[in-house]
Amino acid sequence: MSAPEAVAPPAPAWRGALRRVPWQQLTPLLALVLLVVVGSLLHPSFLTATNLFNVLTRSAFIGIIAVGATFVIIGGGIDLSVGSMAAFLSGAMILLMNALQGGALSPVGVVLMGVGMVLGSGLVAGAANGLAITRGRIEPFIVTLGTLGIFRSLVTYLADGGTISLDFGLRGVYRPVFYGNLLGIPIPVWAFAVVAVLGAILLHRTRFGRYVRAIGSNQEVARYAAIRVARIRTLTYVIQGLCVAIAVVLYVPRLGSASASTGILWELEAIAAVIIGGTALKGGSGHIWGTVVGAIMLSLIGNVLNLTSVISEYLNGTVQGLIIIGAVFLQRGRQGR
Amino acid sequence: MSEPILVGRGLTKAFGPVEVLHAVDVDVRPGEVHALLGENGAGKSTLMKLLSGYHDPTAGEVLFDGAPVRFPDSNAAEAAGIVLIHQELNLVPDLTVEENVVLGREPHRLGLVDRRAARARAREMLDTLRTEVPVTKRVRDLSVSQMQMVEIAKAVSREVRVLCMDEPTDVLTGTETEVLFDLMRRLVADGVAVLYVSHKLDEIKAIADRVTILRDGALVGTFAAADLTTADMARRMVGRDVADMYPPKRPVPADAPVALELDDVSVPGHVEGATLHVRRGEVLGLAGLIGAGRTELFEGVLGLRPMHGRVRKDGRPVRWRHAEDAKFDRVAYLTEDRKGKGLLHEKSLRENVTLQALERFARPFVHDRQERAALEAAIEEFDVRVARHDVAAGTLSGGNQQKLVLAKLMLTEPDVVVLDEPTRGIDVGTKRQIYFYVAELLARNVAVVLISSELPELLGLAHRVVVLKDGTVTGTLEGAALTEETIMAYATGLRRDPPPTPAEVPRVRA
Repeated sequence: MSAPEAVAPPAPAWRGALRRVPWQQLTPLLALVLLVVVGSLLHPSFLTATNLFNVLTRSAFIGIIAVGATFVIIGGGIDLSVGSMAAFLSGAMILLMNALQGGALSPVGVVLMGVGMVLGSGLVAGAANGLAITRGRIEPFIVTLGTLGIFRSLVTYLADGGTISLDFGLRGVYRPVFYGNLLGIPIPVWAFAVVAVLGAILLHRTRFGRYVRAIGSNQEVARYAAIRVARIRTLTYVIQGLCVAIAVVLYVPRLGSASASTGILWELEAIAAVIIGGTALKGGSGHIWGTVVGAIMLSLIGNVLNLTSVISEYLNGTVQGLIIIGAVFLQRGRQGR
Repeated sequence: MSEPILVGRGLTKAFGPVEVLHAVDVDVRPGEVHALLGENGAGKSTLMKLLSGYHDPTAGEVLFDGAPVRFPDSNAAEAAGIVLIHQELNLVPDLTVEENVVLGREPHRLGLVDRRAARARAREMLDTLRTEVPVTKRVRDLSVSQMQMVEIAKAVSREVRVLCMDEPTDVLTGTETEVLFDLMRRLVADGVAVLYVSHKLDEIKAIADRVTILRDGALVGTFAAADLTTADMARRMVGRDVADMYPPKRPVPADAPVALELDDVSVPGHVEGATLHVRRGEVLGLAGLIGAGRTELFEGVLGLRPMHGRVRKDGRPVRWRHAEDAKFDRVAYLTEDRKGKGLLHEKSLRENVTLQALERFARPFVHDRQERAALEAAIEEFDVRVARHDVAAGTLSGGNQQKLVLAKLMLTEPDVVVLDEPTRGIDVGTKRQIYFYVAELLARNVAVVLISSELPELLGLAHRVVVLKDGTVTGTLEGAALTEETIMAYATGLRRDPPPTPAEVPRVRA
């Protein structure tokens, strides 16, 4: 207890602790802090609660989808279909709710039915991707490229080429899910936080999460270690589908409509958030909190460009692209090859 | 007698700290087929790679045409006329046969590849081999034996003076082997020297002029093939002292129950109708040449590949569709492919050691402290030598990696353990530790199946040895019949027992 040699001199211990901080893993967080500092210097209203909650609210859709994508990518897969899936689920949800409206159910009941249907459909859509990949033994890129096209054309078909709009009788009831606050914090931000925390617990603290990382690191080693590889990989796509469904539940009350252009390029933004967050695209390792930081950064970049005139907001994609490439470059440097 | 074209003097090769070839002298003469014979790991392939300029010797020198040479790379050796045909074929699957044969030396006309000349040259080469390989087909679509012939055509299309072949007939049919031997005889008649590595004693007897035998990386001697019978060859390549490498063998108790029983088990493409059993407290050896189907048989049984047939564990019929099913029935398999299937190289020791038994550490959240305790215990029990416990598994030496994989398996507390080449590529000291660990398992009443290509290991540990050849069981050896010579005889097909009648298959007491 009181052995004198156990007491380390304070200065080296302090320095040792500093050295143990995984600086390279913190790169995304440091970049986020840098971006906030730059933003607040460039524009006075950047660092206001209204603006920051606005940014967080807008990052919630991509962020929630990206939490699911973190599982898929760490498991060695990829899901390109999430944007189309979101559009299709939005369209289907609105059509269902419109059909139920005016029937026996109260408007709240109708919305709950819609939410239940979307969550169920998200699970099914994710499972379909996962099973085609694992049982069908088809590359994830190919399968989800296929379902990307399928979901996109289905929503176009449902909308008959136009826009599906939510019945006005339901909008008032459903509206607070996007525009409402709880304890002063917007509902989508709460949802994002809850999804991220649950995802982090699942990925970092459970057997399932460990298996996902083992599979992404080396699928054969996982198989020989008696892990049910196909089942675990399928589940990562189910989680992805569920995350898309949650994002849709938040997205539909925002505009109250869905069309063929809903959710375009969300898959790329979600993958970008995951990669910026330090997850290896080849799988095996990564963090949910990195993905959260990545999603917030993507939305902050747009916000900073909007508020200031240093760089045209039309160059948003350019800045985002440079940051994605930079993130991957730093990852590669970390492995020392 | 002609002057040697290629001479190795005191050739020594070490990979890292492990010396795999010790001061070997050998000479190869023009116009002879010179066979290199030895067990797996005896150093045959290494010696061939040193002579063909594919590796540099750690000590010693290679003389070519009487002058010391050191080729900067294998291309330089090829330019000098020394061509090595690898065990792993070296063809571009998406190019056609003709494109492969002339690859890197395409005939040109007006700055473009002269396809007509290329085709003519490829066809001429393949015609000399008298094979029916279509020159316009993509290599991907050929059979493995056809690919082998293309590889040989590619080699002889150069000015070849020494042709080195590493177990070329492993993938050839009987007729194709004859074609290859004809070709070798014609090359030799033209004054080419052929250096030939093989396990197959009867083939060596048929084709070789002289045989150089290696054992444990050391030279046994070079002999005229005509002076040796195949039995002489087998004895010279194996006989050795096995002093106290191995723990004393405890006899299996007469009433030891059968732990695992295979009845007419087939693994499509690899094993046909294998029947065997192992008792508690017994080591069952599984011998055979590379490709005999030993690994595939047990991968099939353990649910890692498709299989047919009946399997009983402790007398109860079982059907393991996944490795997980076998795990719950307390059967574990140590893979021969430590690198590709054994460890997550980028992950920590802790994550690796608990991976297979993670349910014991997750209720439902993975308990870090218990995991660390399990790692400490494993490091202690298996004597894993690491400076720090937080390194990635890939940084350990081969022997320590193997101990870690063993520790990982044993955390699942299996009572049947299948060890597939458990000492491949690890140093002697660690080998000995693993042998003594096997004895410990027996004392704990575990049944062990030992798949090994190292005969001394089988003799030193196994109570009985089942020999596989080309996917079928050719014999079961025990007692006085259990010698290296008999194992080799069964493994190479010199001997074969009739399959057991159903009455001979042991039944478990109900």
